[in-house]
Amino acid sequence: MQGTLQVKLERVAHVRSGDKGNTSNIAVIAYCDEFYPLLKEQLTAARFKAFYRGAIKGDVTRYEADNLAALNFVAEGALGGGVSRSLSLDNYGKALSAAILGFDIEVPEQYSNLLRGG
Amino acid sequence: MSRLRIGAGSAWWGDRIEPAKLNAERGDLDYLCFETMAEATVSAAQVRKRRDPSFPGYDTYLDDRMKAVLPGCLKRCTKIISNQGWINPDGAQRIVELLREHGAKRKKVAAVSGSLITDRIAKLGGTILESGAQVASIAPEIISAEAYLGAEPIVEALRQGADIVITGRVADPSLFLAPMMHEFGWRADDFDRLGAGSGLGHLLECGAQVTGGYFADPGFKDVPDPWDLAFPIAEVEADGSAVIAKVAGTGGAINAMTVKEQMLYEVHDPANYITPDVVVDFTTAALEQVGPDRMRVSNIGGKPRTPTLKVSMGCMEGFIGEDMFFYAGPGALRRAQLAKRILEERFRIVDLKTDDLRIDFLGLNAIHGEATPKDAPEPYEVAVRVAARCRTREEALKVGREIDGMAVSGVGMTGKRVPHQDRAREIIGVWSTLVPREAVPPAITRYES
Repeated sequence: MQGTLQVKLERVAHVRSGDKGNTSNIAVIAYCDEFYPLLKEQLTAARFKAFYRGAIKGDVTRYEADNLAALNFVAEGALGGGVSRSLSLDNYGKALSAAILGFDIEVPEQYSNLLRGG
Repeated sequence: MSRLRIGAGSAWWGDRIEPAKLNAERGDLDYLCFETMAEATVSAAQVRKRRDPSFPGYDTYLDDRMKAVLPGCLKRCTKIISNQGWINPDGAQRIVELLREHGAKRKKVAAVSGSLITDRIAKLGGTILESGAQVASIAPEIISAEAYLGAEPIVEALRQGADIVITGRVADPSLFLAPMMHEFGWRADDFDRLGAGSGLGHLLECGAQVTGGYFADPGFKDVPDPWDLAFPIAEVEADGSAVIAKVAGTGGAINAMTVKEQMLYEVHDPANYITPDVVVDFTTAALEQVGPDRMRVSNIGGKPRTPTLKVSMGCMEGFIGEDMFFYAGPGALRRAQLAKRILEERFRIVDLKTDDLRIDFLGLNAIHGEATPKDAPEPYEVAVRVAARCRTREEALKVGREIDGMAVSGVGMTGKRVPHQDRAREIIGVWSTLVPREAVPPAITRYES
């Protein structure tokens, strides 16, 4: 039985956020196909929303793009009322995706050579 | 035409101009397409026009962009498609003048208008998508309402022989889809092809975001020469597949990671990305690296278009007052925290009326707000950044006035700027709705140099 390592998401996936009104979409893309099932299993919509605490006011919907080894999280009420109304310095939420890079994820030890950075 | 070369010229109003010039001169392009509008661009232009009747109503960088690319485009006979028309697509006349200045005779310029429906949105509009309220409930506050047109009027302008097409509001991917429809003869109901072409348009519309911009993360995702990014070029086949490439010798990167990030950028359901022309399905797409900085993209899918067009409505919604001041060294955060407490009391004393107020510590929690980890390390330097949303300019200005007070009446060792700019700005709130597409007939006006 192989053990697992706990690592930050930044070693497993890359991210980009985009804006539409008061909704932010945050794409989480596996660095390699081996990591994608780990994302699907561990990074649920509920955990994603909980990780952002009060920064996401509305619902989070998770879409799966298996062909891209990517999950797309659509977070409603994440942009302070909308790009033009927001009091945030980062009113487009361009840097919002970076927070999830700190999410803890369990990776089988056999994949340790596939981890990025670190 | 067996293969079409389409390049990006801009991804937004403030985008760099030199990569557009490079694409015009060295991209060997059939078409160069410019995207210059954000959600509130039209409303902001309407407000400006109201205050300054001499404002022509088109992209303030129209001259800069056209002067940079016209020599290259005229030499190669590259056609230009651009949404720089904003609220005045007849800015085409300015392009005609510029063409004459470049000695180009009998070049055809077409203006695509019809997207502005401010005068009839109250009658047309149904439900506001974001709030569920009726459009009629905000009708008195609407500065501007514009529908997102699709590719068809641009295709018609090209069919009429236009060398340059300038438009008002058109959906971003449609600017790039139009030349594919025109050159390959794709019909408006060939949704497989239109889906593929619109998907490619989506990859191109954000310029450098697919060539290594908005991407680099040192040690994780490195980008060569990130100060010298090129804008993308799609080499499109008649079946709607393409290679995404860039001018050789430039910085940046095109790989599976950059393409995936851009493919999902501003997308909600990747199987149903709605444009005026088609519903795009990215979940069937296949990506293949076919050379250095060359990604082949195929099999993006398409489904029938919706019966409606999206409309953006801009409304005046008050003012944001904001300013910041600074702390550094040991104890910076505790001084910032006391400053926050003082300001909260001061705002109560001066009876600041706000719809929303934020006092953040830039360096700790001003960007991620409530998502900031509880155990985030204490910063060596902190800016206290204050912003309030208010109904009137007078209220919003109170924010800056109270921060002025922090200079001599605040906390020890406070760093503070003398105000050098207007610290209250207008808010143009944007709402969306859907209207039947028949209610928005486009118009084409033709000019010649």
